Amino acid sequence: MMKKSRRSFLKVAGIAAIGLGASPAMNFASSDSPGTALAVKGKNEQALTAHRWGMVIDTNKITEEIAEKITEVCHKTHNVPDFKHEVDAEKYPKTRLANHKQEIKWIWEEEFHYAFPEKEDEYLTEKFHDLPFLVTCNHCKNAPCVQACPTQATFKREDGIVIMDFHRCIGCRFCMAACPYGSRSFNFRDPRPFIAETNPDFPTRSKGVVEKCNLCAEQLAKGELPHCVQASEGAIVVGDLEDPESDIRVLLKEHYTIRRNQSLGTEPSVYYIV
Amino acid sequence: MNKNMIITGLVIFVLAVLSPFWFNMITTTEAAPKPELLGKAKEEKKCVLEKYDMRANHPSLLDEWRDSVVRNSDRQYTAANGHTFGMSLSTGENSCLGCHEDKAKFCDSCHTYASVDPYCWECHTNPKEIK
Repeated sequence: MMKKSRRSFLKVAGIAAIGLGASPAMNFASSDSPGTALAVKGKNEQALTAHRWGMVIDTNKITEEIAEKITEVCHKTHNVPDFKHEVDAEKYPKTRLANHKQEIKWIWEEEFHYAFPEKEDEYLTEKFHDLPFLVTCNHCKNAPCVQACPTQATFKREDGIVIMDFHRCIGCRFCMAACPYGSRSFNFRDPRPFIAETNPDFPTRSKGVVEKCNLCAEQLAKGELPHCVQASEGAIVVGDLEDPESDIRVLLKEHYTIRRNQSLGTEPSVYYIV
Repeated sequence: MNKNMIITGLVIFVLAVLSPFWFNMITTTEAAPKPELLGKAKEEKKCVLEKYDMRANHPSLLDEWRDSVVRNSDRQYTAANGHTFGMSLSTGENSCLGCHEDKAKFCDSCHTYASVDPYCWECHTNPKEIK
């Protein structure tokens, strides 16, 4: 009979134990799953792209009805809550009534002297007093909100769109203080009870995050124009500000345009034909 | 005399040490639920990653997807197996829920069992839940 010393037995037993312990890892390594290393990420083929997205709003073409339609379609598709909406008491019991100061808006009508406080002349052209001016996020070139955001939840995309990563927003509201245009709204409460019809193609927000216009990044990715442009009957045009041949640049060449609070140096990308 | 005492002591000791094992054997515990593949997901057979990889790494995959979509506006994901997916939890045919139609049986059953509570659905919507 072969004589085995205690020492050699322990050696073999030790190696066997290591082998058993390592087997799950070995199995995983030898499985032919390449993981995420070989995957390729890309854009849809139809996606609309630009070097710097901009917008031109022709105030002559915007009537009260068009402005209302634009606001409605924007807010509906982006699941922006309307605090005037009657809450379904069965689905959301114990929902308190909303305070109008907690209003959330992405695009809305504003009077001239609020939208353009710098341009309020003593004897202003009469029509400006009652024209509806549609205002929204200006997607500034030097966006103060981006500089203010401590978590980089708000950032500037390569194509000039100032956009938010709602996942990262901690609700500090520095961006709201920084934005000179009031383009940002804070979710003081869960918005879901106040959304009449939830659009399944866009997420809602949760309590405690800021939100604003995203220039319909989800539409551009599909190769479609933003909802406001589609609803505007030609009054709103978006395009590439850095392409001299683009529609938007042609419009800017042919018309006198103004921008909001230009002296602040934020370089807004939204132009108004007046 | 001594020998018997030692053997009894050893038996008790071994039983006590192995108590989690025999306790599990004599009682019935609920097995971890497997995500149920229904409808389209059942026919398709090919997901973004291999089954085991997916089980272990789907949170980090989703994290990667989110950054890609939001930051780089890349929304298409061509996996190593050649299939292309829309990098989205719930929008479109090619998204997670587009194929795995039943969120309750696909996501929730495991998450509830493991007592993890990801907050995806505070914002993202399950198209089935919107009437």
